[in-house]
Amino acid sequence: MGAQKKSGARVSEDPDELVRVPLQAILLADSFTTKFRPITLERPKVLLPLVNVPMINYTLTWLESAGVEEVFVFCCSHSKQVINYLEKSEWLSQPNFTVATIESQNSVSAGDALRVIYERNVIHGDFILISGDTVSNMSLTQALLEHKERRKKDNNAVMTMVIKRSKPNPAIHQSRLGTDELFMAIDPNTKQLVYYEDRADQSRGTLHLDKSLLVDNPSLSLHHDKQDCYIDICSPEVLSLFTDNFDYQHLRRHFVKGLLVDDIMGYKIFVHEIHSDYAARIDNFRSYDTVSKDIIHRWTYPLVPDVMNFGHTATKLERQGMYRALEISQSQSAVIGPFTVIGSGTKIGNNTKISNSVIGEGCKIGSNVIIEGCYIWDNISIEDGCKLQHAIVCDGVIIKSGAVLEPGVILSFKVVVGPEFVVPPYSKVSLFQQPIEEDSDEELEYADSTSVIGSQVDKSDIEISSKVLETNFSPASQLGIGGAGHVWSTCEGGHEEEWRHSVAPIPKDKILEAIKTMEDDMEFAQDDSFLPPSGELKPNSNDSDDDDHEDSRDDSYYFEKEVEATFLRAVHENIQESHLMLEINSLKLSYNKQTSDCAGALFYAMMKYALDIPHSSADSLLQNVQVVFTKWKKALTSYLNDKDEQIEVILKFEEMCLESANEFAPLFTTILHHLYNDDVIEENAILSWEDEKKDADEADKVFVKQAQKFIQWLKEAPEEDDEEEE
Amino acid sequence: MPDVQALNEFVNLLKKRKIEGSQATAKLTAELLRSVISHQRVPHTNQATYLINAVRAVGEQIIDANPIELSVGNIVRRVLHIIREEDLSLVTDAMAGFGMSATSDDEDDVERDDHPALSAVVVAAAARSTLRPPSLQTLLEDVTDSAAIPPTPSSTGDSDGKSRSVEKGTRGRKLKHDVIEAVNELIQDITSCHEQIAEQAVEHIHQNEVILTLGSSKTVFEFLCAAKEKKRSFKVVVAEGAPRYRGHLLAKELAARGLQSTVIADSACFAMISRVNMVIVGAHAVMANGGVIAPIGLHMVALAAHRHAVPFVVLAGSHKLCPLYPHNPHVLLNELRSPSELLDFGEFSDLMDSATSLGSLHVVNPAFDYVPPNLVSLFITDTGGHNPSYMYRLIADYYSADDLVVKQRPTAGN
Repeated sequence: MGAQKKSGARVSEDPDELVRVPLQAILLADSFTTKFRPITLERPKVLLPLVNVPMINYTLTWLESAGVEEVFVFCCSHSKQVINYLEKSEWLSQPNFTVATIESQNSVSAGDALRVIYERNVIHGDFILISGDTVSNMSLTQALLEHKERRKKDNNAVMTMVIKRSKPNPAIHQSRLGTDELFMAIDPNTKQLVYYEDRADQSRGTLHLDKSLLVDNPSLSLHHDKQDCYIDICSPEVLSLFTDNFDYQHLRRHFVKGLLVDDIMGYKIFVHEIHSDYAARIDNFRSYDTVSKDIIHRWTYPLVPDVMNFGHTATKLERQGMYRALEISQSQSAVIGPFTVIGSGTKIGNNTKISNSVIGEGCKIGSNVIIEGCYIWDNISIEDGCKLQHAIVCDGVIIKSGAVLEPGVILSFKVVVGPEFVVPPYSKVSLFQQPIEEDSDEELEYADSTSVIGSQVDKSDIEISSKVLETNFSPASQLGIGGAGHVWSTCEGGHEEEWRHSVAPIPKDKILEAIKTMEDDMEFAQDDSFLPPSGELKPNSNDSDDDDHEDSRDDSYYFEKEVEATFLRAVHENIQESHLMLEINSLKLSYNKQTSDCAGALFYAMMKYALDIPHSSADSLLQNVQVVFTKWKKALTSYLNDKDEQIEVILKFEEMCLESANEFAPLFTTILHHLYNDDVIEENAILSWEDEKKDADEADKVFVKQAQKFIQWLKEAPEEDDEEEE
Repeated sequence: MPDVQALNEFVNLLKKRKIEGSQATAKLTAELLRSVISHQRVPHTNQATYLINAVRAVGEQIIDANPIELSVGNIVRRVLHIIREEDLSLVTDAMAGFGMSATSDDEDDVERDDHPALSAVVVAAAARSTLRPPSLQTLLEDVTDSAAIPPTPSSTGDSDGKSRSVEKGTRGRKLKHDVIEAVNELIQDITSCHEQIAEQAVEHIHQNEVILTLGSSKTVFEFLCAAKEKKRSFKVVVAEGAPRYRGHLLAKELAARGLQSTVIADSACFAMISRVNMVIVGAHAVMANGGVIAPIGLHMVALAAHRHAVPFVVLAGSHKLCPLYPHNPHVLLNELRSPSELLDFGEFSDLMDSATSLGSLHVVNPAFDYVPPNLVSLFITDTGGHNPSYMYRLIADYYSADDLVVKQRPTAGN
């Protein structure tokens, strides 16, 4: 057919033409997290409807249109459901697009999944790694081309990550998708990713970059306004890397960070930024809400309800973003607001108001119901006078008349809410009891019990549900009269964190609170010099130059601390002087410092130590100093070969007297004299120190004046010497 | 159904909006239907009905795949019309062969030339059945009983079925052959429509004129180039055609051909229009009332041209003539494309965050405008220049009224 030729006349957007090598993809049909509980106890996440279409359809459609020819769907929890769904759908019978399923019951992480796939030995070339909850319409052509080019030049470029610009909320450090703020350092020339941090410590507002990053890369741009799309173009090595490093579990936290830190193998990760295309992954309820809205607002075109109907009945788009299936019965007096999707077979009663919501198929909605910002799935009955705000309501739920769902409520499958009952905000309700074993911390990440429970449900779906029925909810259960379901108590993180990931918009007071704490932090950071200023990124600056400066200041602070600690250790553990010097030398090298810095730091450490030894009066303090110096003089003098270094010591001493240890102030001259006598500091140094101070402010001259007599004496003394010699 | 794979592929492409341009779509549709017809095995009787049903079944699917691309439906209807016509002419030939009175045959021909057209105008089936060859039915004295299409009796097909029972033979193969020939002609027409339209360029563009166009259309490009080749010297003002800015490309290509062209912003059209002698634009589809579904921004240009009495000329190949009337064209015949063509997602992402109170930015990006017929001065199709009010007549030449609704009525019929 002339199809190819004709569409080729268009710009090379059509990926079919360019990607001729069979392109494979791995689709993880399990997110290995528990964010979508309790819903995912009964149905896998990839089959949850997103704007009335199971999520996996979006991912598969994109893969197909992006030119992928072979997809391996990796199923883990609820694998039977996923496989059954795919078998019933038309995906398995597409021409030029094969979908194969891989089932594994005992994988608990993405790492395990990739190891299983590696063992199967089905991936032969570059592949796309994606999870089944990703919505995108991007064209892969360019990204693939870049990836292949890089591979030709550098065999270590194993992965290309797709990123997209998206501003995070500066107040709550959270992206639109409800994920934490993500920090990335990218080499702007090569697009190499050198730093990835998705769990930056927000409370302190600081970020620690390894100094070597700045040394190795001539230029570096630090971004916090990029969103990770979780679409990766990988080379086959990635699979073997997972097998080699059997402790890699999480794709980002372990694998990406592992590769970035590990400089022995030298594997590199690159990024590809998309601009006009859309890509996002549904990671939590907030992103479910956000992505649904993006679809309704058509950012994902052509993956929009009126174009892609996936075998459902046709949907028409009307004014103001209203999508209506052809067969719905709606009362004349019902008001359906903008950006609403209504599935076929749904009945809507009198005076009902619906806005910004998605309603599934076969729902019965009574009169005088208010639905705002809700996701209502299939076959749900909502009786008269209910009020629903920003809730997710799963299949088969019955909401009796007059009930109210406060923002952020999740009602899992077949829950019944009693009449006039008010479900409190952010509650999660399920027919299943909350799993009790879910109390350990690591549970959050690897969700061992997800798979366990998941498979249980798979095998004995009916059994459990019958058990549920047997438990016979008492007439006045947790959900009002005639209600059915368990309200889950909010687990780890507590109530505090619920609003971050909920479908409900963030309450205003939370934002104000966040802004306030942020401002407080800023002030705190400003007037307390103790807090190292490095990495204190202003919300919208991507500047890396600043960072460099601050880093070095920061360094000297740490250097001094280290030297002090080393010295103290030497004192307490009676380490030999030579060993102490060795350690200080190595510190000097690792912090890239001068000898004078070492001298200053060591002197500081010694004086501090002398000060810390209990003393009653100035005299005993002086004695302490003398003791310390007699013992450790050698170490110090080894750094004082030069006049400059000695001056540094004097300056340091002066600084100490002024600031941290003003007990020394009256003793300044005495100690200076002592140091002179001990040959720690030479005459020349003292004189040039005085010289340097000549032009200084009066305030700075305090000690010069104090030492005036001593200096005078020094000046005279050499003359005497000379005379004697003569 | 033969060629399921080709069909699925085409449906897929249409669904994903991967074919752009009505000419390409029309050609592909015609080619697909040709292969459907050639693969369709026809029995000896009732051939035309079989073919029509086969084409309808396929047509329904591809129209549903992208209801906004009207040229698909147009071509399906054209092919259906071709089948009916060919069948009819075979019947009349057969009549002649049977030694029917020459006069009646002639009458019949005359009637057919006039009446199908008229009948298409008056959609009412009853009226048409009286106008449509009553002589045939009376001659064959066989009142149709076929259950195929009762409400608007596709009289020709059914009656032919009966007539064929009288004279079996080579007619079956002949019908199919003739239809394929005619479809080939149709494909030929679609391919050459640009040249056909461009040939008329010199009649419309005069020396030293200033022409305004918006966006980019292949037809317009060929049209202007043809005038240029005939040594006409004129200037072209190209409105860029936001948000896709195809006008930039057009201006580039025109300038490369040595045509003096000026790019302006869409919003500058009104300021520019007083200096313009003629507006020449392409169309997405031409509706039966003479209204035009055109790239976004053209309604504005048409109004400006109307205000300054500048002729507004629409170039459209005959495959763009749609026999439907536009109802609520701004919504139902429009395609809302991705907002990313208008603004950068990253730049505005914080304003679209529904989680915070800032989620109040919406973007609407319709692809088409509807230009009402009273604003159009002239249509230039491959068959010549026409008034908007003449469109219905043209449509009646190309389509049979039975096919206006391609969807087989599952509830009403049968």
